[in-house]
Amino acid sequence: MIRRIEFDQQLDELKTLLREMGKHMEEALALAVQSLQTLDADKAQRVVDNDVQLNAMEEQIMDIGSRLIVTQQPVAKDLRRILVAFRIASDLERMGDLARDVAKVTLRLQGQKLIKPLVDLPRMSDQVRAMVSESIESYLTENTDLAYKMAQDDDQVDHLYSIILQDLFAHLTSDPDTANQAMLLVMVGRYIERIADHATNIGESTVYLVTGHRPDLNQ
Amino acid sequence: MEAIIQIEKLNLYYDTYHALKNVDLDIPEKTVTAFIGPSGCGKSTLLRTLNRMNDMIPATRIEGSVRIGGTEIYGEDVHVEALRKQVGMVFQQPNPFPKSIYDNIAYGPRLHGIKSKSDLDGIVEQSLKQAALWEEVKDYLKRSALSLSGGQQQRLCIARALAVQPDILLMDEATSALDPISTLKIEELVQELKSTYTIVMVTHNMHQAARVSGQTVFFLNGEVVESASTDVLFSTPSDARTEDYISGRFG
Repeated sequence: MIRRIEFDQQLDELKTLLREMGKHMEEALALAVQSLQTLDADKAQRVVDNDVQLNAMEEQIMDIGSRLIVTQQPVAKDLRRILVAFRIASDLERMGDLARDVAKVTLRLQGQKLIKPLVDLPRMSDQVRAMVSESIESYLTENTDLAYKMAQDDDQVDHLYSIILQDLFAHLTSDPDTANQAMLLVMVGRYIERIADHATNIGESTVYLVTGHRPDLNQ
Repeated sequence: MEAIIQIEKLNLYYDTYHALKNVDLDIPEKTVTAFIGPSGCGKSTLLRTLNRMNDMIPATRIEGSVRIGGTEIYGEDVHVEALRKQVGMVFQQPNPFPKSIYDNIAYGPRLHGIKSKSDLDGIVEQSLKQAALWEEVKDYLKRSALSLSGGQQQRLCIARALAVQPDILLMDEATSALDPISTLKIEELVQELKSTYTIVMVTHNMHQAARVSGQTVFFLNGEVVESASTDVLFSTPSDARTEDYISGRFG
């Protein structure tokens, strides 16, 4: 068996970068939600500042992948490895932006007190982080079963999100003075829910990588 | 679509060497089919069985069936010359005759009994146009074909093959000795010719197969491993050996 050593090393490099991006993204989400729970501006600022690293890693993946397409003329699964790396990198970069948006809410709430202790949003965030972790794991190990299982968890996330919405809408109507903060927290719920959707995209990419067919896990 | 070439249980031996093993393959009319595979896999051997070029190799033995347009080409009453008129061939190295451009094209039609100058003029012009060479040579038809560039010589050989009005054109690595621009010209030409002719090509350039053909057949050790539409074979091949080969991880 001829091995394309240089090519395979570069394909592995894409994987390594995506693993790092995934880890980075999970940490950003955890830190952003922590910052919101305690309205900790320093933590929030760290999330905002660190986002450039995710952007840089995405660009690195685009550079390596484009170079491999030009120089190695990949076909079949080799080509899918690169196309999938582009797509996952773009998903993770967007997820990073959404974690940054959560942190920005913390910054906007400076000088205020939380209208209620946050319980469901951190729970939702924990579930979504587990999804992100599983989606990356499914990609790294090419485990389509895990990709499908992870996508099912999105239903629970959507359920939690609807509970959060009901709760905050109740605040909006009962205490108009807190409307501004309640709106911002609704948006946080929306940001986290969007992150889960991107995680299911990663699951779809895994299935496409392995089978060559595109499923729709976002249903 | 009706298969113009139907190959069934074809086995070919060079003396004791079993070069083609139980090949079953249908090639539809007016399509481009590419044969790919490592050296010695049997792809050129199969191509050469389609106009009986293997007859010239001593100790060659063939079993099975090759039908072209419904006729068994290894049948006793088949005239090889008539077969080769129906099934033209272009080789790796351009091989123009050391004659004028005009006489290269007119050679086959003359052999088949066409003598009228105006008929021959018409055939020469039409063949050169079909081979996308007319504009480049129309004012120099009396010049030696050997004065042409390699890419032009190869298109001349294609024109020469077309001049006897074949149904099928076999191309055995017809661009492997050409530069990239000449290669692209031939590839474009193939795209145009497929509306009129059935083209079967052997190529070592997998990306050429991907660019040009509608059907690709992957050979290994004298067997057809996989035959599929080209986009399927190069994106989601069904056999792991095909995937290894097209991904360059074979050997």
